[in-house]
Amino acid sequence: MGQRVLLIEDEPNIIEAVSYILSRDGWTVHTHSDGETAIEKVMQGVPDLIILDVMLPGRSGYDILRDLRAAAETKDTPVMMLTARGQAKDRELAIGLGATQFMTKPFSNAEVLESVRALAGS
Amino acid sequence: MISFNLLVLVSLLYVAFLFIVAFVAERRAALGKTGWLRSSAIYTLSLSIYCTAWTFYGAVGYAARSGLEFLTIYLGPTLVMIGWWWLVRKLVRIGRAQRLTSIADLISSRFGKSTGLGVMVTVLAIIGITPYIALQLQSVTQSIAVFAAGSGEVWAQRDLDGAAMWVAIGLAVFTVVFGTRNLDAHERHDGIVLAIAVEAVVKLFALIAVGIFVVWGVAGGVGATMDLIDASAQSQWAPSPSRWIGLIFVSGAAFLCLPRMFQVLVVENSDERALGTASWAFPTYLMLMSLFVVPIAVVGLDLMPEGSNPDLFVVTLPLSEGREGLAILAFLGGFSSATSMVIVATLALATMVSNHIVAPSWLTSRTTGAAVSGDVRGVVVASRRIAIGVIMTLGYIYFRLSGGGTALAAIGLVSFTGIMQVLPAMIGGVFWRGANRWGAGAGIAIGFAVWAWTQFLPSFGIDGVISQAVFDNGPFGINWLRPHALFGIEGIDPLVHVAFWSMLLNSGAVVLVSVLTFPNPLERLQGAQFVNVYDYSSDARAWSQSAAQAEDLLVMTQRILGSAEAQTVFRAEAQMQGKSGFLPDVTPDFIGKLEREMSGSIGAAAAHAMIGQLTEGATVSVDDLMAVADETAQIVEYSNQLEAKSAEQERTARALREANDKLTALSIQKDAFLSQISHELRTPMTSIRSFSDILRDGEVDGDARRRFAGIIHDETNRLTRLLDDLLDLGVLESGQVQLNIGEGTLADVIDRAVLASGIDETKVSISRRANAEAVTLSTDMDRLSQVFINLISNVAKYCDADEPELRIIVRPMDGQLAVDFCDNGTGVPQESQSVIFEKFSRLEDEGKAGGAGLGLAICRQIMTAIGGGIAYLPGQGGAAFRVTIPTD
Amino acid sequence: MTQAPPNDSPPKSPIKTGPRTKFLERSNYRQRRFRDAARWLPLFGAVFMVFPLMWPRETLDQSLTSSSMIYLFALWVILAVLAFVLNLVLRVSDSIDGDEGTDERGSE
Repeated sequence: MGQRVLLIEDEPNIIEAVSYILSRDGWTVHTHSDGETAIEKVMQGVPDLIILDVMLPGRSGYDILRDLRAAAETKDTPVMMLTARGQAKDRELAIGLGATQFMTKPFSNAEVLESVRALAGS
Repeated sequence: MISFNLLVLVSLLYVAFLFIVAFVAERRAALGKTGWLRSSAIYTLSLSIYCTAWTFYGAVGYAARSGLEFLTIYLGPTLVMIGWWWLVRKLVRIGRAQRLTSIADLISSRFGKSTGLGVMVTVLAIIGITPYIALQLQSVTQSIAVFAAGSGEVWAQRDLDGAAMWVAIGLAVFTVVFGTRNLDAHERHDGIVLAIAVEAVVKLFALIAVGIFVVWGVAGGVGATMDLIDASAQSQWAPSPSRWIGLIFVSGAAFLCLPRMFQVLVVENSDERALGTASWAFPTYLMLMSLFVVPIAVVGLDLMPEGSNPDLFVVTLPLSEGREGLAILAFLGGFSSATSMVIVATLALATMVSNHIVAPSWLTSRTTGAAVSGDVRGVVVASRRIAIGVIMTLGYIYFRLSGGGTALAAIGLVSFTGIMQVLPAMIGGVFWRGANRWGAGAGIAIGFAVWAWTQFLPSFGIDGVISQAVFDNGPFGINWLRPHALFGIEGIDPLVHVAFWSMLLNSGAVVLVSVLTFPNPLERLQGAQFVNVYDYSSDARAWSQSAAQAEDLLVMTQRILGSAEAQTVFRAEAQMQGKSGFLPDVTPDFIGKLEREMSGSIGAAAAHAMIGQLTEGATVSVDDLMAVADETAQIVEYSNQLEAKSAEQERTARALREANDKLTALSIQKDAFLSQISHELRTPMTSIRSFSDILRDGEVDGDARRRFAGIIHDETNRLTRLLDDLLDLGVLESGQVQLNIGEGTLADVIDRAVLASGIDETKVSISRRANAEAVTLSTDMDRLSQVFINLISNVAKYCDADEPELRIIVRPMDGQLAVDFCDNGTGVPQESQSVIFEKFSRLEDEGKAGGAGLGLAICRQIMTAIGGGIAYLPGQGGAAFRVTIPTD
Repeated sequence: MTQAPPNDSPPKSPIKTGPRTKFLERSNYRQRRFRDAARWLPLFGAVFMVFPLMWPRETLDQSLTSSSMIYLFALWVILAVLAFVLNLVLRVSDSIDGDEGTDERGSE
């Protein structure tokens, strides 16, 4: 175990919750809460899984995802998108941009864990 | 001397030859072999019917009497033809585009298919041309009489009359046979045209032969002829300037207006390029026809006995010199000149009579349905045949009445000035869209009256129709109406007199009346078609009826009714016929229906004309049709009543467009709003759910447990606040907010707000001025305080200065009270200032502050509700908001 | 939120207003000038037909019919020849007709 998950999210309480449940499950969780500098953060050390919020200050999650998919280092990195805007078109957009998984808030902890295990554990 | 019978035999053979020529031409045309029949050479030769017996015999007589003046009659048309680019080309183009059948049709069509104008021009033409036809009969019989006299017989007037009658009958038969054989849309008569082309060659050849004989055979060469001229009574040429110019003008005008000239120049024209050839070839023809006129006249005057008629020198000179063959040739030349003119003139007049007098009255005498059956055809052909007979009879009667006394040239000029009264209406109609039928009618009527009074009636001689007393003193003693001195101006040459006054008053009336009256829509439509004919028509693009199918009708109808309505009409008809799609079969029923539909938009006449063009089977160019449709649309636009309607439609359309834009914007706003709400609600719910999951699972130690429960508690509060704000905003936005008006001082409100905002006054220093705040307000105190709370707590949340401070400045302004809340932070960036009052416009960087971005939106709604306002105040060294409160 | 400006373009006028060509290719330019010439020819013709009216007529020699006749027929031949030449170079019907139509458009 000890695989690294990068959580890019701006809502402190959600960061705390997600970090807590993932750490408890044995993952190494890094967090980042700014959209603009998110790519730099990823490039500092490409994680095994990225959890990416859509509505971030500075830069939207979709833009970040597009860049991730364009970069050689991260084009195959699993990305799980989180969004609070649960509309169908958001899902389509995310999948179209290359998201591996798409999850609408609020989610159950079990769901998150399951997805993370499935994406990064394999 | 040759026997008279030989002459008759030769004449009959010649006539038979012409019949065969015409017959062969008709046969070839019927088989579609029109190649050389419609060549420019044939076209040019057919124009030579301008040169009638008046030219062939009369020019020599004219020259014998007035020297070179006879040339004016040929110089005028020369100018018209070399200037074909100005007018003739346009007439020909219009003639083809509008499928004109006569000069009367030109005037009638141009001025809204006016029946009245058609009748006027037709009547004018009959009155003006009948004497001219009589003149031709006279010259033929006179020349026959010459031969009769030569063979020892002396013809009495009775014999002359008999000969004239037989000639008239023969010509009528020829015209009926070849002129009314086929009634096709464009009125072309290949047989007649070829026959007159042959006659044109014969008359030119004959006149030149006589001329050569006279110059080289009699006078002894060119030099001797010149000497003879200089020695003759006509040796001096002292032209009257007014007559010289006037006659050139009159002849040019008549060339354009004479019905027979219009027939060959425009109606029979099958190719515009033939005009180019005619532009030089026809002047050349005229020049050759005139070349030997003066020599023949001078030699005739020299050799022939005193008192012989110079009008007959062309025949009598060769006869007197014993050249019988040449004399017979000359006779045939004169015969050709006369007959070709009579045939075409009669045909043109008969067409006018049947199209503008008989057919309209016949149609109006019937009720309906006539146009559908084949009846009209029969009526038109019959009326045309009868008209030919009647016109020929009229000519013969005139010949009998006039007694053959007047000099040929005089009759010709009377005719010319009469028919040229059509010119102002024609020129106006072709170049000026503003010319209308009232103007044209007034012009023709006045011109006709002036002509009749000052020339036609006087031409019957003093005491013929007008008495000597009227010539001297005017009618009823009205001095200024004397026939040869209108308006009291005496001493003008009679011909110049009539030309000047008739043209002046005629064109003056056309212009003045057109300016003062209004045309109807069809006139305007036709006006545009005529004046801008080059825009709408091009040469030869035509389509056959088979192409004019439902689709074409649909295209045209769409232009009139608009696509949607046109398509509805067509689809409904198709469905009724049991077909799917938009294109029904073109049945008479459907055409009638379509016409009614369209007449609602453009008027019945125009609709009829347009539908007619498409369905009658005449060749119609697509461009023409589209031009009609475009013009119609234009008329619809201009027409006052319809213009108002269209403006209304425009307004409605604009309103609809705006409403649609608003709805779209609202819909976008609603989407964005719901999306935001979703986000704002789901975010706290995510934390709540996640932490409650964790707590439920157990295995959490006490501290963490308390902390997580705290988060859940805070997030729940956040949700509640959000819902409160949303509801509040909903009420405020709907305008149904209940204001609870109370009284209090501003200081009290601010005190309460500072307290309620929970701001820590040890961290944020607040500066206020008590005396400024001692203002009593009468407003909803709670709502105002809600706004203040929001603004003050924003300072706590967003002011990023190390030592935050808030200044509350109160001052009266424009009858209101301005309360400014200024902090010392970085403020709101300029690009965001315009959006901070929008819902959810929380600046992203400060998202952590926990608000949902509804606060300022609510503030704005509140201030609007209580009649004040709130605005961002830039340039205050930090974030600054100005609240304005109404005072009494 | 950006909002598209309302589509408020005015309705298309049905009046035919094709763009008027200002610069023509060389051959079309030449055609135009030939047409001008065709228009001027009858005016010149008219002037020269009227010209004899101004001749002095004090002496008998100056107004002889014979010499006037030679002048007029010579003029006639020249006009016919000029018309012939113009007809050779003028194209009666082609694409520049439409443009010309706007030149000749009447006013209402």
